[in-house]
Amino acid sequence: MLVRPRSLAAGLLALVTAALFAVLCVGSGEYAMGPGRVVDALMGNGSAADTFIVRELRLPRAGVALAVGAALGLAGAVFQAVVRNPLGSPDLLGFTSGSATGALVAIVYVGGGAGAVATGAAVGGIATGVLVYALAWRRGVHGFRLVLTGIGVTAALTGVNGYLLTRAQLTDAARAVLWQTGSLDGRGWDDVTPLAVAMAVLVPALLIGCGPALRMMEMSDDTAAALGVRVEPLRLALVGGAVVLTALAAAAAGPVSFVALTAPQLARRATKAPGPNLLPSMCVGAALLVASDWVAQRAFDEHPLPVGVVTGLLGGVYLVAILAAERRAGRI
Amino acid sequence: METTIERGADTPETGAAPSRLHGTDLTLAYDKRTIAADLTVAIPDRSFTVIVGPNACGKSTLLRALARMIRPTTGGIVLDGRDLAAYPAKRLARTLGLLPQSSTAPDGITVVDLVARGRYPHQGLLRQWSREDERVVDASMAATGVAELADRQVDELSGGQRQRVWIAMALAQETPLLLLDEPTTFLDIAYQIEVLDLCARLHREEDRTLVAVLHDLNQAARYATHLIAMRDGRIVAEGAPGDIVTAELVEEVFRLPCRIIDDPETGTPLVIPAAPAAAATTPLTPPRRTRK
Repeated sequence: MLVRPRSLAAGLLALVTAALFAVLCVGSGEYAMGPGRVVDALMGNGSAADTFIVRELRLPRAGVALAVGAALGLAGAVFQAVVRNPLGSPDLLGFTSGSATGALVAIVYVGGGAGAVATGAAVGGIATGVLVYALAWRRGVHGFRLVLTGIGVTAALTGVNGYLLTRAQLTDAARAVLWQTGSLDGRGWDDVTPLAVAMAVLVPALLIGCGPALRMMEMSDDTAAALGVRVEPLRLALVGGAVVLTALAAAAAGPVSFVALTAPQLARRATKAPGPNLLPSMCVGAALLVASDWVAQRAFDEHPLPVGVVTGLLGGVYLVAILAAERRAGRI
Repeated sequence: METTIERGADTPETGAAPSRLHGTDLTLAYDKRTIAADLTVAIPDRSFTVIVGPNACGKSTLLRALARMIRPTTGGIVLDGRDLAAYPAKRLARTLGLLPQSSTAPDGITVVDLVARGRYPHQGLLRQWSREDERVVDASMAATGVAELADRQVDELSGGQRQRVWIAMALAQETPLLLLDEPTTFLDIAYQIEVLDLCARLHREEDRTLVAVLHDLNQAARYATHLIAMRDGRIVAEGAPGDIVTAELVEEVFRLPCRIIDDPETGTPLVIPAAPAAAATTPLTPPRRTRK
């Protein structure tokens, strides 16, 4: 009753996939290594050169990919359950646009380095979260109102971001555009530390603290309240936690699109379990991002792509496929 | 209408029936819009209380206030001698259940999984799924006749079956008081009767206090042991249906000219709306001879 065999299998499959692609990622590059050599180096049995390259140069990037993917998968699952809508992802609710605004301000006006950009992204995302929540508040925050408010805020912020780009120097603008795509190039442990710290607190809080009550909220606010859930405090905690995860993920890798939207949908289809599927979504998110990064690095050997390009393409295609399948099934 | 039937101003404690759940001098409002003022109500213990009244009379609002879905602006509701507002959420959910007007079954959920969610208020971080939960879920499904549907998906069921599953979930909560907000809306007549028969049986056999908001006055009169008739946020009359349902009351509450006869099946009051010719002095369409 507590853990369904199928959910467990799906989660494990996602984890194995994530580990597999992480090893492939670490092995690929100008100094290519087979999976066996990568594992040896990780275990401490490889040559000095291999160990240095794997542990110091490439592992951080894979670690960032796993953490960002997991954070986005979890945040997406939380948002989709809170608004009871598969389109309720941070991409569409405005938080990633807010992160972009914060990062653009840091690039264009402060002219700061990576640290300033990350800070700007985190602050922008969290501030947008507060703004959307406050605007959507009317005797509580209704899920649908949150979506509509988020879409409105996204539209406004897209305008602001466009304006900021026009004010930028050409080199700054190029850097900003690349950042907005979402990329793991040159990311190291330092970039992911804030996210890792936040996840250490928020993942257990969301999974164990809020997860059971969130399952009740799926049925309607009234049903949840009748079952003894304090709906508004719960929703505030969930939205707050997911906004922080999203903002710090954006701070680490830029606003990588569609992972938060796609991962919970994939997880739901894999587990076939009702409920928000928080843990499976997290595993699928990690697998999705690290696999996308491998594709991004390997697709055109000469010119590695930013990972956001791949997730955008994959996610977009997948979304259309879902819609087509739902349409055939007569559900929309 | 000048001739309102006034309720006695007696407090629930000194009134006729003992009541675990009662509200005094309630003002119920959404934002600034007041739905009801100076409302005093007591739900008799072990009754099947049905609240009726025309649209927007405040009947669902009253039910929601009794379930703490909205807080009264003034006045207080007392449950088991304690202010309703003071209950911790899960504690309240173990005493008082509510079946809201609309709930969404999560995609692909099975009947047994949905009913099991009714055990949420009995669970905690350290007290997860137990034998007792299992037993109560089975008993709830048996009581509502959905045991054989246990492994079916809720989306595949008929309207009546689905509503019985939701009731089973509310039963699994094991609350001595169960509030139902229009449990028959959107159901075909046969399913409406199925659900009401089920409610009546639960009331009779399980010793629970049931409070339901219903639209259909005849169904209310047939199933209720205690009827509360509301209009414009006031309780116009309350009591056993046989005692209070009169042509005058129906006219006053629903603005419907009618006759009352005995229900040939149950002997409860049956409202027969007056034919248009008798009701209106100037008919909207010329009377058709063939009908007479």
